[in-house]
Amino acid sequence: MTRYRPRQGMVAWAFHRLSGVAIWVFVVVHVIDIYLVGGDPQAYDTILQVYASPAGRVGELLLGAALLYHALNGLRIVIMDFWPRTTVWQQQLWYACWLIFVVVGLPGAYIILKPIWGG
Amino acid sequence: MAFTSGAGRARPQGDRLETALWYLMRLSGLGLFVLALAHFSILHFLFDPANETAQFIIDKRWDELFWRALDWLLLMLVLFHSFLGVRTALKDYVSGGARTAVLSLLYGLAILLFVLGTIVVMTLPRAAVMG
Repeated sequence: MTRYRPRQGMVAWAFHRLSGVAIWVFVVVHVIDIYLVGGDPQAYDTILQVYASPAGRVGELLLGAALLYHALNGLRIVIMDFWPRTTVWQQQLWYACWLIFVVVGLPGAYIILKPIWGG
Repeated sequence: MAFTSGAGRARPQGDRLETALWYLMRLSGLGLFVLALAHFSILHFLFDPANETAQFIIDKRWDELFWRALDWLLLMLVLFHSFLGVRTALKDYVSGGARTAVLSLLYGLAILLFVLGTIVVMTLPRAAVMG
């Protein structure tokens, strides 16, 4: 039932699945930690300190990167699925994803990581 | 004419439920493009996780019905989209009886998160009530 064109966008597809599963794992953890805001606020605050630690911030950066990639490439998929003629531009759309990823991602990475060195 | 895609899963043929899910996956994705990116930007760029304590959520984040409703909408979209996405991935790698077992666990986890998320967003007292 599930078939993919091997040459067209195979790397885009692999990254999409990898980032999607990674985001899903965080969503499972995140709904549980937010539940604790009501259920056990002390436990929530402790988890939050882990998120805000240097290692937590690297994780935050990876989550943000997965989310941004998945969002941009997801938009690319929607464009090509709803307007099939745009599929001839799939390579250009893929480069556009990475251009936006870098332009948005670099300042974002700076904001997320700067508290590590006391910014 | 087959409706194929250069990157996404080809639209299922002949199965109404799977076809509906294929469309809903894309529509929920568009919703999440706005809501999930906005959520991440607000809580990681405008605010910092170092300050987002339980008290912050009570006093600021969920002090208004609008933000609770928006976060609940985000929860619904993300549970639908992420669990259906993982379902698609699992169906690629697991088959037969194991597929039934794994998918049952997956749906059970989705229901649990739906319940936990809905409980906290609807029952967390407001700052004014707590004094």
